[in-house]
Amino acid sequence: MTDFLSGIGKSSGPGDMATRKEAVMTAVRNEVALGNAQQLMNSANERCYKACVTKPGTSLSSSEETCLSRCLDRYMEAFNIVRRTYMTRLSKERLEDQASVVM
Amino acid sequence: MADKFDEATQRELAGFLEKQQAEARLNSAIHNFTGICWDKCVTGTPSTRFSRSEESCLSNCVERFLDTSLFMVRKIEEQRAAANGGSTKFT
Repeated sequence: MTDFLSGIGKSSGPGDMATRKEAVMTAVRNEVALGNAQQLMNSANERCYKACVTKPGTSLSSSEETCLSRCLDRYMEAFNIVRRTYMTRLSKERLEDQASVVM
Repeated sequence: MADKFDEATQRELAGFLEKQQAEARLNSAIHNFTGICWDKCVTGTPSTRFSRSEESCLSNCVERFLDTSLFMVRKIEEQRAAANGGSTKFT
């Protein structure tokens, strides 16, 4: 998180301003992607634990592991279904907004 | 002055940051909906694929959640307009 900031103030030539700009952008993009992955892992972890590990034993059983890996796949699928539905709805409402502005 | 980004670059970066923040907000909203709708629609032990009913439950869940949110806003606006003696309309 702080790595990319340390490089910003120190350069000397005007030529590497573009390089520094790219570095900032790449760092921000990575940060957003990381946050996204963390959110997905946190909520999938919580829900799959609830669904698959009903009576915690001394270690994860193989059936629990099977359940967990299916659950993770399903969670990501659910995420994609939700995203698709939400994006479709957003663009539909944006179109309706434009239509009502015109009218 | 090699220490600072020039004005054009600063503007470009500001715009870029705004877009990235919007994307992050969008992702958070989708994560939130996924959690809510998973809890509502996926009740049994997860299998190798979603049933047709789970799938349609998930997408109905998102749509109705958004409807609910719009409905609530409209209700609150109605109540506020009524409290103002019906003289003020909020749009």
